[in-house]
Amino acid sequence: MRIGVLAVQGAFAEHSAKVCQLGAEAVEIRKRHDIQTELDGLILPGGESTAMRKLLTELDLLEPLKEMIQNGLPVFGTCAGMILLAKEISGGGTPCFGTLDISVHRNAYGRQLGSFRCVDIFAGKEIEMPFIRAPYATNVRDNVTVLASHDNRIVAVRQDNQLATAFHPELTEDFTVYEYFFQTIAKRLRK
Amino acid sequence: MEERYQLNKELAQMLKGGVIMDVTTPEQAVIAQEAGACAVMALERIPADIRAAGGVSRMSDPAMIRSIQEAVTIPVMAKCRIGHFVEAQILEAIEIDYIDESEVLSPADDVFHVDKRKFKVPFVCGARDLGEALRRIAEGASMIRTKGEPGTGDIVQAVRHMRMMNTQIRHAVSLSEDELYEEAKKLQVPYELLKQVHDTGRLPVVNFAAGGVATPADAALMMQLGAEGVFVGSGIFKSGDPVKRASAIVQAVTNYNDAKLIAELSSGLGEAMVGTNESEIKLIMEERGK
Repeated sequence: MRIGVLAVQGAFAEHSAKVCQLGAEAVEIRKRHDIQTELDGLILPGGESTAMRKLLTELDLLEPLKEMIQNGLPVFGTCAGMILLAKEISGGGTPCFGTLDISVHRNAYGRQLGSFRCVDIFAGKEIEMPFIRAPYATNVRDNVTVLASHDNRIVAVRQDNQLATAFHPELTEDFTVYEYFFQTIAKRLRK
Repeated sequence: MEERYQLNKELAQMLKGGVIMDVTTPEQAVIAQEAGACAVMALERIPADIRAAGGVSRMSDPAMIRSIQEAVTIPVMAKCRIGHFVEAQILEAIEIDYIDESEVLSPADDVFHVDKRKFKVPFVCGARDLGEALRRIAEGASMIRTKGEPGTGDIVQAVRHMRMMNTQIRHAVSLSEDELYEEAKKLQVPYELLKQVHDTGRLPVVNFAAGGVATPADAALMMQLGAEGVFVGSGIFKSGDPVKRASAIVQAVTNYNDAKLIAELSSGLGEAMVGTNESEIKLIMEERGK
């Protein structure tokens, strides 16, 4: 299984390490050339979404990746990755891929002093959730499944091939969210 | 507090592969954000101007920092003087995302650094070698950067500091466990931190390059030497075309191994900042805070 990890900016190395620990191959994506080989899934890491969107545009990655997501490539976005996928950014800001039917509230918990860790339920299982200057989802459409909420805020969602979390599973020892993502990939491969 | 420190180290992880730019106005902050900066450093004067002005250089006006916080969505950092814990308290009070306890400003204490473990907001500190880095981490820094020589546009010191750090890390890895006690004594650092370096082959926190970065090639050089991201100060807004240069440096940091792309990025950038050689400067900032 080959998983592309967007590596234009942010905590991509942490995701690559997780992917490898699960026995899959991680391919860092920094330019057009890197997506010429077949990918089974794509991870959009945490970092700064404005910086990533700028780099995706300049490096001619935005349109091809968007097309791949629209054609069903399983994609998993964390934090900034969730913002990149969202159709709408509340309070302004240009959407990036805009393929996920949610609005996101950016820096929803305030500045770094508002960052926190908690334990809550993701798809029926208790896991650790680190939130770093995190967003949360608002205005989730009917075709989107809510997988986790914390303090009545939506922090993990799924719509078909797209999975997004406001928190950072790559910063914990837990593999639940990755296993969930890998099942999506496995289902697609079986088809 | 342990959990807070962990979260603060993790914010630095989110900045990796990015460029943090010095800005002096909300307008410059917006330019930096649009050019792809992953954070901005709010300060009244960029290091080259601090150098030119001379005199005592202090923390920036909180009102000016606030105006920058309001202008952008990316993290905002600001500098306090070495050892000036009240300036640090003020920056924490206005909810800054990262404090740079910086040798660019005039030191307020020539012996002690700020006890950074007492703060909830994260700190980044400069270091020239492994000893300085681990001492700052022991005091509570959750991110390290090379000192370089700020405001000169000369990369030689940052290169020296990064190479020194790498050499010392490799050396620490090569030592047997019983030899680490002596090495910790020599470096004047806590044994536990040195042991972590020995076990993992890297600093316990994210390490950026800073000081003297003026071109996309400088930025890529530091990345190839092992920096996890780059601070650019005077290099951008002291150049002929800040927007173009800023965005070129951002791209060079992402694709630091792609010489063809960096050749393109380096073309037609206009005038770079006028550099100053180390033999021509009187004030050596890297000597501050050891």
